[in-house]
Order: sequence, then structure tokens, then C-alpha cells
Amino acid sequence: MSSPDEKLPPVVWESGIEIEPVYRPEDVERSGGLEAVGDSGEYPYTRGVHPLMYRKRPWTMRQYSGFGTAAETHERFLWLLEHGQTGLNVAFDLPTQCGLDSDDPMAEGEVGRVGMAVDTLADMEEAFAGIDLDRVTVSLTINGSAVAIMAMYFALARKRGFPLEKLRGNCQNDILKEFVGRGTWIFPAEPSIRLVVDTMEFCARRVPRYSPVSVCGYHIRESGATPAQEMACGLAIACAYLERALERGLDADAVAAGITFNFDIHGNLWEQVAKFRAGRRLWARLLRERYGVSNSRALKLRMIAGGGGGGLTIQQPENNIVRGAYYALASALGGTQTMALCSYDEAYTIPSEHAAKLSLRTMQILMHEVGLCDTVDPLAGSWFVESTTNLMEKKILDILDDIERQGGIVKSIAEGRLQAEVNRQAWERERRIQAGEIPKVGVNLFVEQEAERDIEFHPYREQEARRQIERLNHVRAERDAAAVERALDGLHRAAAAGENVMPAAMDAVEAYASVGEICGVLKDVFGTYREPIRF
Amino acid sequence: MAGKIRVLIGKPGLDGHDVGAKLVCRALMAAGMEVVYTGLRQSPQAIARTAVEEQADVVGLSILSGAHLPLCRKVIDELGRAGWEGSCLLVGGNIPRRDHRQLEELGVAGVFPTGTPFGEITAFIEEKVKK
Repeated sequence: MSSPDEKLPPVVWESGIEIEPVYRPEDVERSGGLEAVGDSGEYPYTRGVHPLMYRKRPWTMRQYSGFGTAAETHERFLWLLEHGQTGLNVAFDLPTQCGLDSDDPMAEGEVGRVGMAVDTLADMEEAFAGIDLDRVTVSLTINGSAVAIMAMYFALARKRGFPLEKLRGNCQNDILKEFVGRGTWIFPAEPSIRLVVDTMEFCARRVPRYSPVSVCGYHIRESGATPAQEMACGLAIACAYLERALERGLDADAVAAGITFNFDIHGNLWEQVAKFRAGRRLWARLLRERYGVSNSRALKLRMIAGGGGGGLTIQQPENNIVRGAYYALASALGGTQTMALCSYDEAYTIPSEHAAKLSLRTMQILMHEVGLCDTVDPLAGSWFVESTTNLMEKKILDILDDIERQGGIVKSIAEGRLQAEVNRQAWERERRIQAGEIPKVGVNLFVEQEAERDIEFHPYREQEARRQIERLNHVRAERDAAAVERALDGLHRAAAAGENVMPAAMDAVEAYASVGEICGVLKDVFGTYREPIRF
Repeated sequence: MAGKIRVLIGKPGLDGHDVGAKLVCRALMAAGMEVVYTGLRQSPQAIARTAVEEQADVVGLSILSGAHLPLCRKVIDELGRAGWEGSCLLVGGNIPRRDHRQLEELGVAGVFPTGTPFGEITAFIEEKVKK
């Protein structure tokens, strides 16, 4: 037996919460008690957003996928659905994400490389051919050019006879985090936010079951934020969009219901669980107390989690399979609605078919074999988990207060302050890993001499890129040029007049205007973003 | 001693992953070098222009999208056209080993794939640029 006054080295989570070696009921009391735990499906949703959680509705499995042309992506989609995936998570290539057509000079060498190339509605039609849009929920990972791609998706649904009122799914469309990490911004901060709010307004009115914004703490965490900062920034960004929508006179209940979240999962398992439980509680409270939201669909923090590329290593990459399984475990214990698990080869390539299937199987084993769906929020009532959930909530609130005191999240991002802060932390962390102060198996612990493992990419096929450009030229030649011009003029007018651009964007995509043309019109009106460089 | 080594870190192309580029900036600064970071989505022309304007001894490119071969080729052409007189061009990011040789043949002095310890990069630069 160790004596009670024995000095152990401290355990401190990344978020700055110090962990006791033993938790007792009095620790729970001291941290704020059990009052806010409540019941699943009940405000403030600490235990999960649905009353029966996975017992009734297991998480959706939605691996990020897409590459090359629409035809190839279509094949991969069918393959994933055939293997039991229950949703689609679409990756777009960088030109599409940056609002450029495949024949733009800046697109050279990038067409179809990291995702599917989309120039016009014709590409979306091909990618989703024969896929039941009212049975499979589709997640569009697109931000800067979201107005164009979302309009294409809605136009596609309409053409295929799926009523917009019933359409489910979501678009990432979180431009504020693009300024912090990921970097597919196009327009300056203010008009970018306005476009997000345009989509929120449009969906609240016309596509009420669709989530037009998935706020990503994920990329802020990947850029160097702690889990507490990740949640705080995510909530602050969500509130920023909501506030802009309210300034426009929109109904808080309707627009808040369209906001979902995307969180990271790497790091300490318990810390992630506390982050999710505390985050759910805080979101519900913020919405109710600050914005008077009462719609229970809105109060429920619904999320996708399971990605955590930052935790994977290029050394001994098979270890990433194991890490992935623990990440999936953490997201299930944290009560996620959707999982998109990182793949073991993600540290050095775009996931291979083999790796993507292993991730899918990992989630399926968790769901079907080891009992993760047996009961709701199985960690509830643990003195440790409830104490750390309370402490995490306080931590997140403190960060939220700090952000507000310094002028709000939009200002912090526009000035590059948040970017500089998380980057400084990333540097500090990386320095400590390289110095062996933060243990990382295979990197600074249990290091092995390994055969040189090469980074792999899907081979880039110039031919496919050329075919994509030919296809675009074909569409351009076939479409009604006058109708395109009219539609783009209408878009220009709406953008300049401060009207909602979505109806005009729908007209433009239906006339087969391209992503580059639509974003080009918006650039004419709004200008382009200039990145603040701060260290 | 003729002052600090000047390094330009550039992000050519459309790739928005800048965590690594910014970490390398900090590592080089910590090693006492002057660092200029271009920010994202720079054209090869813009990178070459900045390299000349900033009198960079070293230009380091960060590329994770897989487009390193065409991008390096273009940046090297533009550096030549702009009359850059620095010591060496480096590239880091997701760079497959089988491309290293081709990059070196293009004129890339050093390739530092993701996961390279910072010390290796700073030592390489200090060796190449004797000031």
C-alpha cells in the first residue's frame, strides 16, 4: 500500500485539468454536483441527445471519401454502401474547394487529386446517380464554395424528385474555422459569414431538415488547440453565425436547428468524453439562456466525431489501427451521432480502400460485438467522469469568457490572433514530443528501426484531369449561354444588393454555370481574403 | 558573421494544410534565423518575387497535396526568371521517397518529409548557408 501523502507525478490533461489518482463522491460535489447530469434526451443533454441513444439509433458510419472524377467517386460511394456504410461524406478536390474550375491555371496538377472534381451540376448528377437521397444522408465537405455546391445538391435533389422539405444531410460550410485551419477560404471574413447566414436562412425556410452548417472544432484542434479550446471555439463560432442570423431577424429556433458540429477525437480518452458531455450541456444552456431557443431539436448538440489525424503517426503505422479503435470507442462513449473514423494510412496518404474498410469494420465491431450500444451513456455516474465533466464545463466557459472579453471570436480570427495562439501551442507540443517529454508510442517510446515506409498518393492521372476539362468544355458548349449569363447577372445583383444569394445560386447551377463562374461573380462583389500572418 | 540566415517559407498551390509550415517557421526562428512566411495559395511567381524582395538565402516549400513535382518545377523556373541569388531550395510535406530523386534533379537541395525532426532541417540549412 502506498501512503496517502506519497507524492505522485502530477497528471494534467492537455486542457489544463489536473487529475486526482482517486475520485470520491466529495470530488463530484466539489466540482459542481450531479444536478446537471439529468436524463438522456432531456435538457441539458449531458447524457446524450436521444432518450435511448444507440439502443434505438446507432451512430451513422460515414467515411470521408471521394477522388478523381465524379464517375470514380460514384463507384467508391456504391462500394462503401455495399459494405454497410450508412451515409456518404464527400471529399472534393482543392480547385472545387477553392472555387476554381478544373481549367483554371491555379488548378493545374490538383484536379481530382484529394477529392472529387466538380465543375458543374453535371458532375454532381453523375456522382449521385441512382443513390437514394432520401435514404442515404449525404455530408458535403465544402466551405469556401459551399454556396455553389449546396445549390447543386439541392438542384440535383429537386430534379430527381426528392422534395427539399424532406431532404436530410449536411454541409460543412463553416468558413470561420477555414481561416484557422484547412485554409479553403475565398472571400474576406465578413462576406464569407454573410454567405453562411444566407444558407442558414435558405435552409430554415426551404430545406428545414438539412443542416447547412457543421461547425468544426476539429480543424482548430488539429491546428494546435486543446480539447477545451476546441469545444469553446466551436461553440463561439456557432454562436457567431447564430447571432448574425438573429440580426437578420430570423427565428432562433429554426436557424439553430440547422447547426451541427464536427469534433476531433485524438488524445486522452477521458478528456474527450468529458469534452463531449460538457459541450452538449453548454450548447443547450447557451441557446436557451442567451438566445431564448426552446426548440429541442436545436438545443441538442448533434455531431460527427471520429477523425483525429493529428494523433496518428507515420512511424509503425499499424499502431494507427489500434489508435483508431480507441478513437471510435471515445466517440461512442462521448455520444456521437455520426462517426467518420480516421484511417491508419492517413498520416502518409489519402486512405486506401483497404484502410477505409478497416475503419468501417472497426466501427462495426464496436457496434455489433463489444456492447457499445447496450445502454445509454455507460460512464454516467462515475465519480471521475462526472467530476471531470463539471471541470471541463468550467474550463470551456472560462475560454468562452476570454474570447468575448477580447472582442469575440470573429475579431480574433480576422486579426489572426486565434491562429497565432493555437500555432504557438502546436509548436510547444511538437517540440515536447520531439524532446520526448510527451510520450508517443513508436515516435519517442518503443522506437524501432523500421524499413523505410513510403508516402503514397493515388497516382495522379493527367488523363483524368484532361477528361474533366473536356467534360467542362462540353457542358459549356451544350448549355444555354444566355440563360447562364442571366443567372450570373442575377447572382451578382443579389450579392451586391445584400439579398440572399441562394435562390440566384440555384438558378445559376440549374443553368449549368460552373463553380468557378459562380465564385468568380461573388469575388467580383466581395473581393478575396487576405491572410493575416502572425506568429 | 554577415547577419542572420534569411528563409522564406512558401505554400504554393491550393493546399491549405499549414500547421507543418508554421511549425517549421517557428523552429527556424528558434534556431536564430529570420523567417518570412508567405501564407497560403501562393503562385510560383509570387513566391519567386518574395524570395528576391526578401533576399532569402533559402526558400522552403511546404506541399501536402501530392502536387510537389509540378509545383517545384514551376517555382524553380520562376526563381530563375526572377534572378533569385539564394543558396538553396528545400521542400517539405507529404513527399514520397520515390520522388526525391526527381526533385533533386529539378534542383531541390533537400527534401524533408512530414515527421522530420526540426533539428535536421536547421542543421541542413546551417550547413548549406555559411554566414
